[in-house]
Amino acid sequence: MSLRTPLAQARGLGAAREGMHHWWTQRLTALALIPLSLWLVASIITITGADYATAVDWVRSPLVAVLLLLFIAAAFYHAQLGMQVVLEDYVHAEWAKVATIILSKFLMIALAFVAAFAVLRVALGG
Amino acid sequence: MEITNRPLSPHLQIYKPQLTSTLSILHRVTGVALVIGTIPFVYWLAALAGGAESFANAQAFFGSVIGQIILFPWVFALFYHLCNGIRHLFWDIGLGFELKTLYTTGTVVLVAAFGLTLLAYIAAYAMRGGAG
Repeated sequence: MSLRTPLAQARGLGAAREGMHHWWTQRLTALALIPLSLWLVASIITITGADYATAVDWVRSPLVAVLLLLFIAAAFYHAQLGMQVVLEDYVHAEWAKVATIILSKFLMIALAFVAAFAVLRVALGG
Repeated sequence: MEITNRPLSPHLQIYKPQLTSTLSILHRVTGVALVIGTIPFVYWLAALAGGAESFANAQAFFGSVIGQIILFPWVFALFYHLCNGIRHLFWDIGLGFELKTLYTTGTVVLVAAFGLTLLAYIAAYAMRGGAG
C-alpha cells in the first residue's frame, strides 16, 4: 500500500496529449489511401504477368514513381497507427504491449524504407 | 492492473453475431491482414529492383497456385478495408448512425468489396490472356 495520494499516483500516467494527432493522421492517411490504393490496384492489373522491361518502364515514369512513394508513405504510416491500436487493445501486459508496439513500428518503418528504396532504385536506374 | 472479482460483461461468444459487429471485427482482421500483405508487396518491388532474374521469379511466384491463394484474400482485404473505411469516414463526420442505415451501408460495403474483387480478377485474367 502506497502512502502517496491517488492523484500523485495517477500523475504522469495520463494521456500523452497525442490522441488527437493519432486519430487525425489515421483519417488523413485513410483519405489519401482511397485514390492511391485504387490507382495501385488498377495499375498492377494492367501490368499483370508483364515482363521485366515493361515493369521497369512503368516504375520509371515519374508520375508512377511519385505515386508509388506516396502510397508507400501513406500506407505504412496508416498501418503503423492501426497496429498500435490493435496491440493496445489486445496485449495486456504493459511490457509486452510497449515491446510489440515498438517492434511493429520499427518493422513498418523498415518495410517502408525497403519499398521506397526499391522504387527509387528502379526509377533512377541504379 | 490487479485482477479482482468485479462483475464482467457477457463474453463475446454469448452475443448473437450481427452484421454490424461482424463487419466491425472484419475491418480489424482485414487491417492486420493488409499489414502482413505488405510483405509480398515489398518483395515484389524489391524483386523488380533486383533485376530481370529476381523479377521473373517473383512473377512466377505470384502466378503460381500458392501466389494466387495469397493474392485473392489480399485483394478482398484491400477492397473490404477500403469500402468499410469510407463508411468509417462518414461516421467520423456524424453521418449514417441510424440502425437501418448501418445495415444498408454494411450490405453495400460487403457487396462492393466482393464485386470489386471479382472485377479485379476478371480484369487481371483478361490482361494476362491478352498479353500471352
